[in-house]
Amino acid sequence: MHLTYPAVLSALLFCTGLYGVLARRNAILVLMSVELMLNAVNLNLVAFDVWLSRAAEETLHSGQALTLFTIAIAAAEIGIGLAIVLAVYRNRGTSDIDKLRDTAEGPDSDGPDSDGRGTDGLDSEALAAQKAEATA
Amino acid sequence: MSLTAAAATVAHTATTAAGATVAHTATTAAGATTTAADAHGFLSPTGVEIAFLLVGLVTLGAAIVTVTTRQLVHAALWLVVALGGLAVEYLLLTAEFIAWVQVLIYVGSVVVLLLFGLMLTRAPIGRSPDADSGNRWAALTVAIASAAALVWVVVDAFRTTWIDLDGAAAGSTEVTGKALFQNWVLPFEALSVLLLAALVGAIVLSRKAKATPATASTPSGLSVSAARSAKAANTTPANETPATETAPNEMPATETPDSGTADNGTPAGATADPDKGGAL
Repeated sequence: MHLTYPAVLSALLFCTGLYGVLARRNAILVLMSVELMLNAVNLNLVAFDVWLSRAAEETLHSGQALTLFTIAIAAAEIGIGLAIVLAVYRNRGTSDIDKLRDTAEGPDSDGPDSDGRGTDGLDSEALAAQKAEATA
Repeated sequence: MSLTAAAATVAHTATTAAGATVAHTATTAAGATTTAADAHGFLSPTGVEIAFLLVGLVTLGAAIVTVTTRQLVHAALWLVVALGGLAVEYLLLTAEFIAWVQVLIYVGSVVVLLLFGLMLTRAPIGRSPDADSGNRWAALTVAIASAAALVWVVVDAFRTTWIDLDGAAAGSTEVTGKALFQNWVLPFEALSVLLLAALVGAIVLSRKAKATPATASTPSGLSVSAARSAKAANTTPANETPATETAPNEMPATETPDSGTADNGTPAGATADPDKGGAL
């Protein structure tokens, strides 16, 4: 088999995942796109490992070992990511990443909103939200 | 150029060494580079290549539907098709163990976790108009530009590289196990520690609202209900932000014990933990 076929498929899958990460608004859909990108890398690793295991005299099968490690790390990443998304949803009532703008630089940003939640922080927050909506 | 294609077909049909040498001399006469991969042309694909191409088309189509559909649950189900297609590609590349690990981990647990996440964040069942953000065209431009660049570079670099798939499988369980437990033992053990850390981290992140005292957890519960009511009333996000901000100010007056029990009894935190633990 030509090495071009898996390499091109991997590149196209990676760019599909890239589009999903940039264009999606739901945090879980962004996580799905990250999974697509990781799988594209896995396909590349496997294809090059199969090629090199035949071309080279001695091989460590580093591509397949790295693929297994990537799969395990992706599983850990999806667990932690979903825990974070669920925590955010529990606190904010939304999993829309376009609305998570607390660390965005406003006109007069005064630190995180945990200490600015009083009556003073309400006006600046609303102002920041309006500015964010206007610029978006 | 037709001479090269004809020589390639000769090399495919003839299994003797004489046919290969004929193709080799023919490509040399045609002026191409004289590597061993020149005997295999793109115009006469083998059966494995045709199967790889078809499964690759299905995989790419499923991936594109995954990132473009507006129905969130359908996106997760199309992701199953894409990941399963990738498992078939691994099988075609004779990496059997990776293929079954892919089926077990991705199709078995990751997609199930994603579906649970969609359910626990109350994803809408039908079409959701706000699945894509406003910078979709910028994202499309970036994706197409990077795809063109990557495909061009990859095809230009590996146009003549040939994977020899004959003989023993390069990724059978025996080969992969030997490589993993002879040369990669230390990273393997480090990875197990990392998985343990991720498991503990997921549990800690999921239980933070229950572990903190009621004064910290009640505003979150109230803001969730306020945001939900705001979402149900179809208000714009500009109206929703003050609603969540005014919620803590009303909190200490009436609702403290009620919202505290409601927050403790939220099914999101209670059911998220065993699923996450089981999948990890």
